[in-house]
Amino acid sequence: MSVHPRKILLALGALVAFAVPALAQTTLTITCRCVAGGVNDAEVQWLQNYVIPNFEKAMADKGTPVKVALTQFGGTDEALKQQYALDLSVHKGYDVMAFDGFWIPEFASGGLLKPLETVAGSAVAGWDGWSHISTGIQDIMAYDGHRYGIANGTDVRMIFYRKDILQKAGVPNADAWQPTSWQDILDTAQMVKKAMPDSYPLQIDAGTNMGEATTLQGYYMLILGTGEQPFMNGKWVVKSQGILDTLNFYKKIYVDTKVGDQRVQLVKDGRNQSFANFRDGVTSMLVESDWFYRSVTKPGSEFAVANRDQVMGWAKMPAEKPGMGVRGQSFVTASGGTGWVLNPNTAHPAEAWDLLAFMNGKAARDDFETYQPTISARDDVPVPNNPFLTNTAKTLLPLTVSRPNNDAYAKVSEQIQLMTENVVSGQMSPQQAMDAYAAAVTQIVGADNTVDLLKTASN
Amino acid sequence: MPERRTILPLRTGLLFLAPAAAFVVAFIVLPFFWVAVVSFTNRSLTGLGALHPHFVGLTNYLRLFNPSTFLQPGQFGSSLLITAQFVLFSALIGQAALGLLLAWLFYRRESWVKETVQTLAIVAWIIPDVVVAFAWSAFLDYGQGTLNHIVTAFGFHRVDWLLGVPVLSIILFNTWRGTAFSMLLFSSALGSIPPSHLETAEVTGANAWQKLRDIILPLIRTHIVTDLILITLWTFNTFTPFLITGGGPAFRTEVVSILTYRIAFKYFNFGSGSAIGMIMMLINLAFALIYLSLLRRREGTR
Repeated sequence: MSVHPRKILLALGALVAFAVPALAQTTLTITCRCVAGGVNDAEVQWLQNYVIPNFEKAMADKGTPVKVALTQFGGTDEALKQQYALDLSVHKGYDVMAFDGFWIPEFASGGLLKPLETVAGSAVAGWDGWSHISTGIQDIMAYDGHRYGIANGTDVRMIFYRKDILQKAGVPNADAWQPTSWQDILDTAQMVKKAMPDSYPLQIDAGTNMGEATTLQGYYMLILGTGEQPFMNGKWVVKSQGILDTLNFYKKIYVDTKVGDQRVQLVKDGRNQSFANFRDGVTSMLVESDWFYRSVTKPGSEFAVANRDQVMGWAKMPAEKPGMGVRGQSFVTASGGTGWVLNPNTAHPAEAWDLLAFMNGKAARDDFETYQPTISARDDVPVPNNPFLTNTAKTLLPLTVSRPNNDAYAKVSEQIQLMTENVVSGQMSPQQAMDAYAAAVTQIVGADNTVDLLKTASN
Repeated sequence: MPERRTILPLRTGLLFLAPAAAFVVAFIVLPFFWVAVVSFTNRSLTGLGALHPHFVGLTNYLRLFNPSTFLQPGQFGSSLLITAQFVLFSALIGQAALGLLLAWLFYRRESWVKETVQTLAIVAWIIPDVVVAFAWSAFLDYGQGTLNHIVTAFGFHRVDWLLGVPVLSIILFNTWRGTAFSMLLFSSALGSIPPSHLETAEVTGANAWQKLRDIILPLIRTHIVTDLILITLWTFNTFTPFLITGGGPAFRTEVVSILTYRIAFKYFNFGSGSAIGMIMMLINLAFALIYLSLLRRREGTR
């Protein structure tokens, strides 16, 4: 049997005719640290059930059909950041990326990200959503006066505690526990430890394996209670009484009294183990952001606390001593925020911006709240009936502090993690660890940008 | 000068070599010079050093060898010491000695024990890294690990392998992992010894130790040196312990390859990562030269 060449040509022609519209359709890629049924499950559900179908429909109605492909990233935050940096450095990567706000200065100053206006043009400035997001919250995703992305919202940090366990250990007022100093926290932890010698009542993140959680949930929550911050008046504090007090407190917890689980700070998968410890009651006090309530311990998730509404409470993080905290506060907290950015290398900047704007529109953010109530960036998106978030936001947002919007921050943060690891592992004294930190930070930012508060105090 | 006899004219020979040479230049020589250049800059992947890297002279090198921090955990000197222990105990003593012992024990014997042991050793050698690392993490786990189940079954206390004795753990791991190579190499070396030598020795009443010392070892010397060169270089550069310990706890298992990775690809500090890479390369070169000169001398005296 022979095939006439003309038939082949016809067949090819037909193929091309089908292929051209298929090729013409734009595909946008999007990614986040989110896995269906795993970490940040709500993001996946929201993207797959609401954002992608509705956005595709809206674009098709406009006559510019697009497809959106979601890639679920299951690794750690640090691994995702590493992936982004490597992708962007070779001008590749996803069109729209979930981004932690504190990564922005480092990526922007390195030229890996470009301001939204540069990527997507004048459509950005004309977006009606900006008027519903306060400049403070816009700044989460900004650097040096330019917006690089849109923030979803913000968060606050506190001590989560187990009422049932504190009660069992005989802690007075266990239902409404509120320590007013570091010593209070330590005393409570020791009471629990005495009642349950195998437990590790207190978890304040430390070490390099916990990454930024160590810096923000651990170190920041302590150093703010000494009245200091890592970056003050335009300089990085490399030596101070506050740093020493903070490190000594870490040492008390993990080395001297063992009310905290030293192993968990040092092993590779420590953060998840600390969550498991809290779920199992091995740990009864844990410092985390509201994400711990919204996502980690949510009923049905891996670390869900049984009977959560009865047994889990929250307390404000006290300063070292009353009134000793930053700005003279007696209680402290720190905030970060996450959002989405545009890839400057995207082949479809206009459509990518359309997607970003759609995701941050009122309708989409309202829909997200049905999956996971959160402190939204938009002032027209209320938290649906959720006393926990309403209360924590009202109590803690006025007290909060953000990390410096500085391109050296991420590198200094790594040194902070290292400094705490040196102390909680017992291999350095607080003084030695601080000296090593001072040397390393001076190397990173230059001596002119550092300050030694111990020296200035004695002069 | 005597005329060289070759099958092909020189020009044709070079033509055939050209594609391979082009690959070597593109993927080995050029990157090498690039790394050398980068090691004198403050180049980074993120932050200001990414857009405007500049020449910093010997700063990266001087910082590595800064005496006040050299031996601190997580610093270059401390990492070198850990690597030295790791190479000495897991490669030279562990893999080479155990490999030689296994090869010698089963020399000129055929039994199911030999088949089983050799097969198991080879299996340990050929499984992909990630699978092996996963298995060993489970094996060494403090709470549920197989090894601790065995230890407690014998009435001993649990050992915190990865936190208490992390260096020993990765040494055990690497010995287990790599012994097969030395065993195979030594087995084939032993196979090349003429049986008559050993039979003569037996007739004259030599015992096993004397046969090993006076006949076997001298005859397989060059194989031993080759084996030592290869496994030292491999172990010095291996990255697999990272998959088990991540370099921790507190940098106690951070061998130089993991240190390089952390500086260059976690902290994105390409300048100082390249400087470490350059020094690693010099150390590798030194190892290779020492071994090669040993090899030459021994061949000369034979």
